Amino acid sequence: MFPPIPNPSVDPAAAAPRFGEKDLIRRSASTIEPPATRLTEVAKLIDVTKCIGCKACQAACLEWNHLTEEIGINHGVYDNPMDLTENTFTLMRFTEWVNPETENLEWLIRKDGCMHCEDPGCLKACPSPGAIVQYSNGIVDFQHENCIGCGYCIKGCPFNIPRISKVDHTAYKCTLCSDRVAVGQGPACQKACPTQAIVFGTKEEMKGWADFRIKDLKSRGFENAGLYDPQGVGGTHVMYVLHHADQPSIYAGLPDNPRISPIVETWKGITKYMGMALMGVAAAAGVLHYLVAGPNKVTEEDEENAERLAGGATVPPPAGPAPLEGRRS
Amino acid sequence: MTNSWTDIRNTDLVVIMGGNAAEAHPCGFKWVTEAKANRGAKLIVIDPRYNRSASVADFYAPIRQGSDIAFLMGLINWCISNDKVQWAYTKAFTNAAFIVKEGFAYQDGLFTGYDEEKRDYNRDSWEYEIGPDGYALVDDTLQHPRCVWNLLKQHVAIYTPEMVERICGTPKDKFLHIAQMIGECSSPTKTMTSMYALGWTQHSKGSQNIRGMAMLQLILGNIGVRGGGMNALRGHSNIQGLTDIGLMSNLIPGYLNIPADKEVDFATYMSTRGFKPLRPNQMSYWQNYKKFFVSFMKSMWGDAATAQNDWAYDYLPKLDVSGYDVLRAFELMKQGKMNVYFCQGFNPLQAFPNKAKLAEALAKLKLLVVMDPLQTETARFWEDHGIYNKADPASIKTEVIQLPSTCFAEDEGSLVNSGRWLQWHWPGGSPPGEAKHDTWIMAQIHLRLKELYRKEGGAFPDPILNLNWAYKDPGEPSPEELAREMNGSALVDVFDPNDPSKKILEAGKQLSGFGLYRDDGTTAGGCWIYSGCWTEVGNMMARRDNSDPDETGAYLKWSFAWPANRRILYNRASCDLDGKPWDPSRKLIEWDGAKWTGYDVPDIAPTAKPREVGPFIMNPEGSSRLFVRKMMRDGPFPVHYEPFESPVANVIAPKVRGNPVARVFADDWKQFADIGDPNFPYAGTTYRLTEHFHYWTKNNHVNSVLQPQQFVEISEELAKEKGIVKGGWVRVWSKRGELLAIAVVTKRIKPMTIDGKTVHVVGVPIHWGFVGAARKGFPANVLTPFVGDANIETPEFKAFMVNIEPSTGPVA
Repeated sequence: MFPPIPNPSVDPAAAAPRFGEKDLIRRSASTIEPPATRLTEVAKLIDVTKCIGCKACQAACLEWNHLTEEIGINHGVYDNPMDLTENTFTLMRFTEWVNPETENLEWLIRKDGCMHCEDPGCLKACPSPGAIVQYSNGIVDFQHENCIGCGYCIKGCPFNIPRISKVDHTAYKCTLCSDRVAVGQGPACQKACPTQAIVFGTKEEMKGWADFRIKDLKSRGFENAGLYDPQGVGGTHVMYVLHHADQPSIYAGLPDNPRISPIVETWKGITKYMGMALMGVAAAAGVLHYLVAGPNKVTEEDEENAERLAGGATVPPPAGPAPLEGRRS
Repeated sequence: MTNSWTDIRNTDLVVIMGGNAAEAHPCGFKWVTEAKANRGAKLIVIDPRYNRSASVADFYAPIRQGSDIAFLMGLINWCISNDKVQWAYTKAFTNAAFIVKEGFAYQDGLFTGYDEEKRDYNRDSWEYEIGPDGYALVDDTLQHPRCVWNLLKQHVAIYTPEMVERICGTPKDKFLHIAQMIGECSSPTKTMTSMYALGWTQHSKGSQNIRGMAMLQLILGNIGVRGGGMNALRGHSNIQGLTDIGLMSNLIPGYLNIPADKEVDFATYMSTRGFKPLRPNQMSYWQNYKKFFVSFMKSMWGDAATAQNDWAYDYLPKLDVSGYDVLRAFELMKQGKMNVYFCQGFNPLQAFPNKAKLAEALAKLKLLVVMDPLQTETARFWEDHGIYNKADPASIKTEVIQLPSTCFAEDEGSLVNSGRWLQWHWPGGSPPGEAKHDTWIMAQIHLRLKELYRKEGGAFPDPILNLNWAYKDPGEPSPEELAREMNGSALVDVFDPNDPSKKILEAGKQLSGFGLYRDDGTTAGGCWIYSGCWTEVGNMMARRDNSDPDETGAYLKWSFAWPANRRILYNRASCDLDGKPWDPSRKLIEWDGAKWTGYDVPDIAPTAKPREVGPFIMNPEGSSRLFVRKMMRDGPFPVHYEPFESPVANVIAPKVRGNPVARVFADDWKQFADIGDPNFPYAGTTYRLTEHFHYWTKNNHVNSVLQPQQFVEISEELAKEKGIVKGGWVRVWSKRGELLAIAVVTKRIKPMTIDGKTVHVVGVPIHWGFVGAARKGFPANVLTPFVGDANIETPEFKAFMVNIEPSTGPVA
């Protein structure tokens, strides 16, 4: 058994976040001075071969993050909902795969969600300063107050993860429970997993644990068992143990060799500066518009629409490390 | 469970058959993943569906629902034929050598003594030969033609791998592969654990399914050892506690029996409960029956229970039938013979078979009382919910009273888990609104009834007026008071008869265990098996020390396990005849020359010498039983019987329909589809999903998100044949009712070939109804037949026949 993470201390002093702004190594559309020392890199290891598809992770994610997903319909499969949404940060995807070598059926169940890339395509694609940040422990987090809802992060993501909310028009995805990690806890999904198919620790620990698991799998005839930590995105802070690591795509389309789209890479190169110059012009035009026409007004109709879309439910709080109590109100 | 959840990590081979642990017991399943990851244990799953457990198994084989006995007898046959038997264990610790009475026989699916009209046996010949010394005769050489071993060999010979394939639909090569993996566990240093649940119990021969595996485990030497055992995974967190404290119509706490009508007085009642040992030196622990019974009666009626009035024996109700199980209760309601019904934490309209019959029965009641923390379909049976629950409220006269009660998280008390651990818990919140603890509700009803009896008299008010009710607040007994009462205490000072100056018990003190229970009225104890749970030391169930010396998985200081804090039952059998562990690396207890010591509480008298006293101390034989004598209604050995509804006739006994002694009420016969009825060609089965817990979690938003809508599962082959598309609507119907659901078309279900005939499976998850947050649906039990197991009346939810067709879905 991987040593369980102890429960949080009841001492309020221990609840002080262990990382924050000072630990940012990347900030979207901004240049920042990286911290002198990097925090130990963390990682979540999802062992697909131990997963029983119980969806406890999915339930824990909804509950911890105060997310309200709609009660959908059955589409003829076990997956529900059918895709990630602004409320479903993590999703069990079920694949019935017949192994051509053994002719045996295998039910591949993969927990999908943000991979927390070391080289995050979403952050690179993001045009809004500070809407996406990366902490030196590897967590990639969205800062909703800075998000403009343009959806570029979705284009930039090699894993097709972020989703734009129909309520507040900003992008949402798994935060790796940065609020929990900040106070020494593991993510809610990891805490809820009954079979330790999800474990959390330092990236080094996770790689070591994965080796132990892969050895066991090889002894059971899974010759291609291996770790999914794709180097095309500089490695990830969410990794998978796969029985068939030679064919990631059989696991509900997990990319075989994920890379940031060349368009995004180009954007981050020459075009970025040209674009920023253009944005400067646009900003100046905005100021001019304000001076001439005055501030935009929110009409009553706008308010009503917002209320209706929110369905009376509280809008999820912005992601990012915050004191534990603040998130559990 | 004979063992515990935590012990599963000690096994070499997990066999999940008759259950789906990953699906229905995901938290406990962690011990399977531990055994796999750390010991290299293998997992075999045998099930009609490739299910969530199968998704992490090393080997999966399909089996047709309702054919498990053929498979299990096939395994026993294979092990005997291939010498995969732990001989030393089998010879010494089972009744293999016992000689069965002349006249006992088995032929064409029936044992000696069958009476077709009564649907019952005269079981007199199902016994041992008894010698002139009063002990059973044995032949240790196993040569005697009527010794249990030779009878067993004969009995299982018909279940060849070919026959298993023909009855079960399991391909022969897969069966043989499993047999080989299981056969390896006949080594004294390899163990297998059996994890089963409702997939075995919910059949008209459910008890015999379990016996079949128990017999296999015995000949492999896997009972009483670490990583072995027969492990029943209980379906509710405290259902183990329910049976322990006798919440069944034929039991009183601690698996004692409610008297029958013919047991007119205490002497008659005790005359069949002597439990004289059947072999020399054996403990035959039930010889203490009277101590447990008298202490129970003292706990119930205190000073009113005296030696002169046979400990208030007349106060106990007497059964005129074998039991008032739920099926019988609803039959009586339907006949208008039962008029008032209390449902305490029970939703029978969803949870019992043939919903149409249940609704008809409820509508004939005068009064229905529902005590539940949630809205239930049962409480709303009279409401019209369109196709989901057609009803005409105006024509239903039943008065329904709902008493909102608290849920487990609002209670203090203990929950007994599958491993017999009594774990104390504290409330996590206060009850909402008018909700009250069940104890408050019951106490208030009792006090009012008592008052009525006091004022108005009645036919026999004594049992109610004299009920021992010495609680601090008579209106609400506290969990502590009730727990202390179940543990038992001394009523007076008791002195050693050999040394009157020595006080052995002090009046008013809690007893440290059931060994101190007495049959002279000097002790009281509500549930003998729980004794030791709340002693003078305090609340043993609240202990939370998870130390585990040498990592055996015993955790003796965590909570309290009945009996006597013992974690593995029959653990004396973990040692050889001389008291040395069969597997030194898996030591549990051992004989140190003078006494038994070890990691667990020995399941034998501490100084009982190894070669003298057998390990199965509850049995008068001192050994376990491959041949169960006359203790089960349907036979001393398991026989393959088809479900009452079946696609084929019984291959080994074509004239026998279903279990030949299962009780069937007259009207229900008419509602069974004929064998091989072309109108109902598909083999239906019902089951649970991980995303939901029975009928509770459809009230919860998150669970309803994860599985929002009712569906049924079928193979791609059947879908093609019937023109059913994945995600499309289907209508499924049996001879009793119909439902509409979404089709999940899957590779995980495959058609099987049974006796040359293609049989398709239709899987029906159970979690939907007309109350709750999830989308409205039908109880799966609109389909299921109203018949139960021959011994304990658990309904046959797992095997019945249906038809299916594409549909346009419900019209709102």
